[in-house]
Amino acid sequence: MKSLAELQAIRDRALNQVNLRKERADGTRIVVGMATCGIAAGARPVLNAFVREVEARKLTDVMVTQTGCIGMCRLEPIVEVYVPGQEKVTYVHMTEDKVSRIIAEHIINNRPVTEYTVGAETK
Amino acid sequence: MKELSLHILDIAENSVKAKATKIEIDITEDTAKNLLTIEIKDNGCGMSEEFLKKVKDPFSTTRTTRKVGMGLSLFEAAAQQCDGKLEISSKEGVGTEVSVTFALNHIDRAPLGDMAGTMQTLIGGSPDIDFIYRHKKDGQEFLFDTAQIRETLSGVPLDTPEVILWIGDFINEGINELN
Repeated sequence: MKSLAELQAIRDRALNQVNLRKERADGTRIVVGMATCGIAAGARPVLNAFVREVEARKLTDVMVTQTGCIGMCRLEPIVEVYVPGQEKVTYVHMTEDKVSRIIAEHIINNRPVTEYTVGAETK
Repeated sequence: MKELSLHILDIAENSVKAKATKIEIDITEDTAKNLLTIEIKDNGCGMSEEFLKKVKDPFSTTRTTRKVGMGLSLFEAAAQQCDGKLEISSKEGVGTEVSVTFALNHIDRAPLGDMAGTMQTLIGGSPDIDFIYRHKKDGQEFLFDTAQIRETLSGVPLDTPEVILWIGDFINEGINELN
């Protein structure tokens, strides 16, 4: 059973990490479209998979956030990745299964997964 | 939508956009009455009477970039095909309340689905909003209130990944206890 004591332990760990997290504003941002179109297409499990993966790999300078309708509803779920100093990368038709590869190749090793991007889709 | 929890996420996002500081989500499953009730209540900016009249029309929206707003009309259609209905009341400056009913055992009723995932998404997206999630099933109740979590966290943001994951597991366990 999940207990508040467990949450307190998480708090204590997080408080020790505060200095690491300060840099988040300049870190990488992963933005998931979470309007009606995104939700209906399956954005919620994609978002939660990113949160799980970021936590599992302890990527303290990566932030997972949400936005509204990005304007290409037929390509939802859409995820935009902003790495500071680089051009935005837009992933389309996202699924939970694609998440770990994007984290490993793009977020960690800085090689966007071209085949999942909007560029590959609309060719 | 494949799950009712996705409709709930979608409608609660409206509350977020209405700048609510408190959002309450109530789910009541009553087997004896064969009734499932979902209520989403916020203290956001509310709507004018004029906009409220047309709010369920899929071609009405407050967005300026597009002309469609499907959320409420999709939820209403889901309820209507299960002998239920969607009611919405709102007052400018006070807030909005959406109440949706379903025949619990209706063959076309989508499952409630991953409510923990919906709450994770809502809280992670708006860690400063107070969320209250009440789930009742035949006299049993599970209550989740971010105010309590916030107290325990003493300043650690609710959108810390480890916290969000804990919240998801906590809610999952709470709902499983009801079943």
